[in-house]
Amino acid sequence: MNKPLSVLIILLLLFFHNYALAGDDGKIKLNGNNNGYLEVNDCFEKINRGIFSFNQILDKAIFKPLAKGYRIFPKPIRSGTSNALSNLGNVVTIPNNVLQGQFKYAGVNSARLLINSTLGIGGIFDVASYYGLKKLDKEDYGQTLGVWGAGEGCYFVLPVLGPTTVRDSLGSVVNLIGGDAWYNITVVKDTQYFSEADYYASRLIDGVDFRAKNLESFDSLEKNSVDLYASVRSLYLQDRYRKIKNIDKTTDTLSDDDWEEVDSQ
Amino acid sequence: MNYKKYFVFIFLFINLNSISLAKDPSALINEIVDEAASILSSEDPVESKIIKLNTIAERSVDIDGIGMYTLGKYRKTISDDQKIKYRKLFKSYFLKSFSSRLVDYTNPRINVISQKKINDKYTIVNSILEATSKRPQVKIDWRIYTKNPERPLIRDLIVEGLSLARTQKEEFNSIIQNNENDINALFKTLEEFLIK
Repeated sequence: MNKPLSVLIILLLLFFHNYALAGDDGKIKLNGNNNGYLEVNDCFEKINRGIFSFNQILDKAIFKPLAKGYRIFPKPIRSGTSNALSNLGNVVTIPNNVLQGQFKYAGVNSARLLINSTLGIGGIFDVASYYGLKKLDKEDYGQTLGVWGAGEGCYFVLPVLGPTTVRDSLGSVVNLIGGDAWYNITVVKDTQYFSEADYYASRLIDGVDFRAKNLESFDSLEKNSVDLYASVRSLYLQDRYRKIKNIDKTTDTLSDDDWEEVDSQ
Repeated sequence: MNYKKYFVFIFLFINLNSISLAKDPSALINEIVDEAASILSSEDPVESKIIKLNTIAERSVDIDGIGMYTLGKYRKTISDDQKIKYRKLFKSYFLKSFSSRLVDYTNPRINVISQKKINDKYTIVNSILEATSKRPQVKIDWRIYTKNPERPLIRDLIVEGLSLARTQKEEFNSIIQNNENDINALFKTLEEFLIK
């Protein structure tokens, strides 16, 4: 997606932020903390459902077959690919560690990037873990905006790219305006070593790798959901909430609010 | 034996007895995981596996509690007759989707690693589903309802931080909301799922 188009989409979404096109009140509730709730707006539910269906068709026609094909490769090749892509992701994670005040994590990730890019041959081998520098969670600009207190804004679904929110889309725009070093050296500066195609290939392989790791989970979700769109929305929002709060322990994410009223013993 | 000693003895007996009857939530998970793994790795036909898995679920999962939770705000507004119908439908839906999710696994290896008591009603048991050649390892936490310590029951599975009960609740609520808050739309959807 080119820059002007991305910016236009974001502006349109911000403009329509308060318009509820959904059949209901356009709102679902997601636990904000142990005691309260945050409201998330599914402002364009009807449109979102349409795009979601389109993405499902695309997935069945392209991404799922690609993921299945990718699974044919031996595990060491898939692990190496996954490691290399994860190593590349550090160029976005490190600045976000700094922006979120996670200086220790920024140091660990920088050391991991350095060691794995050199001794780990472009990140294929996770040598840093061997030296005790364990892999940490990814961070992005959407998460940083969340840590800084920005609300989600409207939830919506993008063609091909899938679920997002206004805040997470703004975060993605930061990648395109200088926040992603990999994007800068491939698409923007077009160095003699890398081309635009390298960036898009890495994004495509990243998507296929993720899909391949979750083939059975997606199938199971699809088979057992009575409203797949709502399930995916819930899972996406729960996942983003957990990542923004940097929560690792389940006990920190669960609210007893609703359960308290359910007494069955 | 004077009365005082007699009472102390009775008190201790009752206490020790209740302690011995209380079931550890981790032990519950270990027990059902082992049982499910043995069923899934057996040579039994799929139908037989499903029946056995459902027996485990009916014994160890608070199906009725989850059903009420997933109704969200609507559990306060529907009639008693609708509640009875919902309970019946939800149980069938839950068991079908539970066994359908599990039966695809041939030999899942789940290791319980720790547990944390949140309050008298809930304990979270942390476990890891071991990696296979197809997928990475998965962190699974179990929300155990311990109001009756002698019969702890599973109320939620939190997979990599994502609550299945909450996802289910938002799914059901979405169906009701998008059909003018009519609970019958959910009944219809569940009935369609069951005959699928």
